[in-house]
Amino acid sequence: MIPVVAVVLVTVATILIGAYGVRVARTTSDFFVASRAVPPLWNASAISGEYLSAASFLGVAGLVLKYGVDMLWYPVGYAAGYLVLLVLVAAPLRRFGAYTIPDFAEGRLDSIAVRRVATAFVLVIGWFYLLPQMKGAGVTLSVLLGTPYWVGVVVVGTVVTANVALGGMRGITFVQAFQYWVKLTAISVPAIVLLMHYQADGRPDLVTPEAPVFARTTEVDFDVGTTFDVDETVTVDASGTVDGLDVDGSVTLEPGRHDVAKDATLVFPAGAPVPHDVDIPRATSVAWARPFGPIGALQEHPLFSTYSLILATFLGTMGLPHILVRFYTNPDGRAARHTTVIVLLFMGGFYVFPAVYGALGRLYTPDLYLTGATDAVVLVLPTRVVGGLLGELVAGLVAAGAFAAFLSTASGLLISVAGSLSQDLLRGTVADFRKGAVVAGAVAVLLGLGVSRFDISLLVGWAFAIAASSFCPLLVLGIWWRGLTAPGALAGTLVGGTAASGAILLTMGGYGGSGWPETLLAQPAAWSVPLAFLTMVVVSHLTAHRVPADLGSKLLTLHTPERLGLGRAWRA
Amino acid sequence: MTEVRRVAVMSPQTEAARHGRAPARPLTELREQTAVGEVLILTLMRAQLRLAVSLLVVFGCLLGGMPLLFALVPSVASVEVGGMPLPWLLLGVASFPVLVILAVVYVRQAEGNERDFIELVERP
Repeated sequence: MIPVVAVVLVTVATILIGAYGVRVARTTSDFFVASRAVPPLWNASAISGEYLSAASFLGVAGLVLKYGVDMLWYPVGYAAGYLVLLVLVAAPLRRFGAYTIPDFAEGRLDSIAVRRVATAFVLVIGWFYLLPQMKGAGVTLSVLLGTPYWVGVVVVGTVVTANVALGGMRGITFVQAFQYWVKLTAISVPAIVLLMHYQADGRPDLVTPEAPVFARTTEVDFDVGTTFDVDETVTVDASGTVDGLDVDGSVTLEPGRHDVAKDATLVFPAGAPVPHDVDIPRATSVAWARPFGPIGALQEHPLFSTYSLILATFLGTMGLPHILVRFYTNPDGRAARHTTVIVLLFMGGFYVFPAVYGALGRLYTPDLYLTGATDAVVLVLPTRVVGGLLGELVAGLVAAGAFAAFLSTASGLLISVAGSLSQDLLRGTVADFRKGAVVAGAVAVLLGLGVSRFDISLLVGWAFAIAASSFCPLLVLGIWWRGLTAPGALAGTLVGGTAASGAILLTMGGYGGSGWPETLLAQPAAWSVPLAFLTMVVVSHLTAHRVPADLGSKLLTLHTPERLGLGRAWRA
Repeated sequence: MTEVRRVAVMSPQTEAARHGRAPARPLTELREQTAVGEVLILTLMRAQLRLAVSLLVVFGCLLGGMPLLFALVPSVASVEVGGMPLPWLLLGVASFPVLVILAVVYVRQAEGNERDFIELVERP
């Protein structure tokens, strides 16, 4: 009950704070970007709040539970992307004055065509990044309330869409700042409580040479039909459809593949090894705790895939549409840098915790390997380990945090997508923005209904790969290279972004094949990013006469400190 | 009675042109985007880019070197610090303070570059 109350409270608080924002958001520009009166600490809270999505809150722990230490590259990458953003992009982009990446593209290259391509990718990346948030919503509500997956997606999608359509950006700044602190509390306090229990439990060895076992008699409820592999004969108490037969009572599962239908329940005896869902590699805990552990069963070239992921996350942050807009709320370039440093501090403060859940989950909730619902470990662990009222309170806290996570990120993304839709496809008025928000939200919900089988963090990693392959080259070369031309930028962004998107869509559809082709398609950043840069450079050289005429003025705007008054900040 | 002195008022550009002397303030050179101005802005850009790249290289080696380290030296995985295997500690805990430290170093240097530039350019 308490978790439900917590979730309702967070949702209501978000809506109220957003509604307060409506009173202040009168004009279109207020509506789009909070007036630039936001101090660095607030801004940093807001950026962090928005950035820490379901992937960070739920997804990382889920992946660590499934695949071990290799998955820690996700949070490291998410944070490191900010360092890259700081050194290459933060101050110049703020000085240029562009609200969004399409604005930057148009202003820097004097080209509407590049703007249009940029807008297209804002939509692609924005929608792609919304999918894992929708999944997070579906998973959270299904764990908390037992509702089917689609209920969470539709409910959260609707709340977020309404909030954005009514409140715009100003309300959102308050909301995001508040939500960082909610999320930090929600991830850290339960983790500390869990660690205390682990300590009280005598600190059982996590790195054992065995695969996970059920520590005590465990009842496993299957919300969806599941196929799993049994390695040692085990006798369970079953009710429901097992291997096509309706049973109610004792069943012996021989080694091999078995399946259960939706709503089946199996009760495993203490000490029984945990059968794994067919998609989850089974490994001893020693192997799980080592680098290049279980992931080796799924990736043929784990070292390459790791580096490709690193490249995607390090270079993709700057290309996320909802991030750059926040930079405009800084008063100047110096403040933009300071804000980014504080963001890194806040990120670090958060990201040390998810691994705790992933690791303890292997010990206390190993049934998640069987049901395949590893992304739910953060939500499930507290009540399982900590009994009684404290357990309920702690579970309520994580539920609130999870909700805050996808509410805030989904809001930020929706604003970017809606903003792009309204500015570039409609007339850019407040009414158009609202229409854009509704359309964007509807698409996100529809797509979100289809992605329940993909890991949350995996989906996010893909959004980063597309951003790294399309916008990173555009921003980096646009800011630091005088030779960039409009045709070059257009070609590079298009080639890189399409290559990455195509590879990912093929992988999602299961057309990846095997061997090197599969590896290259599953994590394309390692080749799609260099491809984008190369294309941009080569085509720019070939069209060198198309360098913008007032390049000098643009460079002054980008690079010189504002107090010299040399720049002319670009205005839409 | 105070003496009235007549002073000719001229822009620095005219003054310079008339006397064929050294060009005007760097700030003006920049604003008018002369050849000198271009050199000035490129100098600043290069300094900042060099700083950014060196920082990224350090950071790339530190963080980016880890997968290679884990792949080439598997015994690293068996080392435990405070009950935690080393890879978990390095990736899950230590990398974040490293990022913050690198960020602070960068901001200090970048602002230093800008301060130097301002001094150079505002020189009369």
